[in-house]
Amino acid sequence: MKPIMLAAMAACFAASLGSASAEPIELQWWHAMTAINAERVNKLATDFNALTDYKVTPVFKGSYPETMTAAVAAFRAGNPPHIVQVFEVGTATMMSAKGAVKPVYQLMADAGEPFDPQNYLPTVTGYYSTADGKMLSMPFNSSTAIVYWNKDAFTKAGLDPEKPPKTWPETFAIAKKLKTGGANCAVVPAWITWTQVEQFNAWHNLPLATKANGLDGPDTELKFNTPVMTKHIAALAEAIKDKSFDYGGRLNEAEGRFVSGDCAMIQTSSGFYGNVKTNAKFAFGMTQLPYYPDIEGAPQNSIIGGASLWIMGGKKPEEYKGIAKFLSYLSRTEVQREMHEVTGYLPITKAAYEATKASGFYDKNPGREIPLLQLAGKPPTENSRGLRLGNLVQIRDVIAEDLEGVFAGKAEPKPALDDAVARGNAILRQFQKNTQ
Amino acid sequence: MERRVVFSGWLFPAFLLMPQLAVTLVFFFWPAAQAILQSMRREDAFGLSTQFVAAENFAAVLGDPFYLASAEVTLLFSVAVAVLALAAGLLLAVMADRVVRGAAVYKTVLLLPYAVAPAIAGVLWLFLFNPSIGIIAVGLRRLGIDWNYLLDADQAMLLVVLAAAWKQISYNFLFFLAGLQSIPASLLEASAIDGASPRRRFWTIVFPLLAPTSFFLLVVNIVYAFFDTFGIIHNVTQGGPAKATEILVYKVWYDGMVGLDLGSSAAQSVILMAIVIGLTAIQFRFIERRVHYA
Repeated sequence: MKPIMLAAMAACFAASLGSASAEPIELQWWHAMTAINAERVNKLATDFNALTDYKVTPVFKGSYPETMTAAVAAFRAGNPPHIVQVFEVGTATMMSAKGAVKPVYQLMADAGEPFDPQNYLPTVTGYYSTADGKMLSMPFNSSTAIVYWNKDAFTKAGLDPEKPPKTWPETFAIAKKLKTGGANCAVVPAWITWTQVEQFNAWHNLPLATKANGLDGPDTELKFNTPVMTKHIAALAEAIKDKSFDYGGRLNEAEGRFVSGDCAMIQTSSGFYGNVKTNAKFAFGMTQLPYYPDIEGAPQNSIIGGASLWIMGGKKPEEYKGIAKFLSYLSRTEVQREMHEVTGYLPITKAAYEATKASGFYDKNPGREIPLLQLAGKPPTENSRGLRLGNLVQIRDVIAEDLEGVFAGKAEPKPALDDAVARGNAILRQFQKNTQ
Repeated sequence: MERRVVFSGWLFPAFLLMPQLAVTLVFFFWPAAQAILQSMRREDAFGLSTQFVAAENFAAVLGDPFYLASAEVTLLFSVAVAVLALAAGLLLAVMADRVVRGAAVYKTVLLLPYAVAPAIAGVLWLFLFNPSIGIIAVGLRRLGIDWNYLLDADQAMLLVVLAAAWKQISYNFLFFLAGLQSIPASLLEASAIDGASPRRRFWTIVFPLLAPTSFFLLVVNIVYAFFDTFGIIHNVTQGGPAKATEILVYKVWYDGMVGLDLGSSAAQSVILMAIVIGLTAIQFRFIERRVHYA
């Protein structure tokens, strides 16, 4: 028995050695995508592997924060993945890790891979580039906040199903009508901080923080405790009190209530489209975020959300060559187009956007162009280029905590916003100290 | 009468102790030492720049009103979980102790929740009570109760206390049942003959004789509520709303893994380590004293 087992093991060992030399160079890709988006990730890797001598291996690492933390821990342990998908709020943290990451522009130059940042949509890449336009990470799944409405619920409440509200006053008025018209939940915002504070300020061309929201330097300070913001939070709290608005939590939990038909309107990511399309049993539409018409310059443009791909440092040149080829593959027009049309995420190149437009896709699928129009409707200003705030994950929670206090009727809007700004600034200073 | 096995050298006993020592060293002392070291450093997430700051992290943590608030939440949470789990466990044990037919079935069913991992327990309760998807949440709303623990701090606390206590009842039940069965039947019979009511028998005989068990369980339950309930909090409330259910161990995780502030997180875990050591010391002292009495 024993000699046979030994022989078998030896054979296996020899076989594994033999095949190792012929195996393609493996590139680890850690990501946080689930459901149809995870299928997309796997398809991208499989298609790329079939074309080249490299082998991209996607590994699901949990939620966005979990994936990022896993990559950080792996780096500390000396064995990071080649590519890691990091959500937009982790951008400042990744950027500050000089030496731990390899900037995309440098990667492409070192690998001799043709690369022109002008080919990409500036509203998307701006979030992930230095002030002088050098791309640090490759946008992967980009989205922005939009409004979805349930047309059947509008009809039931005696409203015109083809006329969603355009402004905030209209939204509050329609919410009341929906509520009295029998909707269990009229309007619910998801991602509370992202939609009601971050997007809100960019959309109204108001600063969230100094130094162009942190893009121009880490010594940025939050300053969103403005009269406009206070007025808006007070209005939201009022609407939550009379039940014409519902508070849906800090993440996207509320999305389930829209899909099930419980809530008639939701403000959430454009990446939610695939889910609604597949699961909703009612007619729905998509429209732009509401704005206050009395604010000058509103609406400006919204900012992106989603995630980008960061390349970790300390890898071999031949591996970087493979990664560069993979990023080029991801930027191909047909790859981008397919991803955009299937998932609801945005195309990242101008060519892919043009091609989608030319194909008549937006005419056949009304509403699908909304996020792009909203992002690129006007050239971005200091307030609407993007955000680069250290530990934004924590800052989001701090803001959400203070807003929850207001929505629960325990705090007044102005002191709550002052508190969020003060605590958020403390987090920014701590981040600056830790990364100096 | 006493029979002792005495080893003739030290080599063999040392060899027998090795595995246990190695496990303790690798899984306790080494990480503990790392935590203490990290707690005195300031570092970015990737470990690219490290500064020695001595006790600065501790000073920052102990001076942070949110840390103290979290300590308060933890205390409230732990006491509520321990009291609820102990009372329910005792009640069920007393009841099960009386059952004659089908006792094994009752006991098995009562023990089941203990086999459920905290994270799974959290998900179970989430599916029942989540305002968006929970089955019971829908029922509560139909009854006119405004159930939304995403905004209501008291509801959130109630929910995590119930979930955490539910999971611990089995453990308490098992120990109380064993305790009950070790009470000599003759004592109870004698007092019954003297005309004591069941209630009186419980409070004057059973309850005092269960005191060592109860004390042991109290400490175990508090340690459980302090540390093992992370999965429940993480899955059900994520410490919200507005930190109303953020217990200390959740804050350690949050500041370290989400905030990526490793120095502060390590300082907090060192403080927690001191608390466990304290609790364990108390338990050993008191339990030992009790053993002398019994």
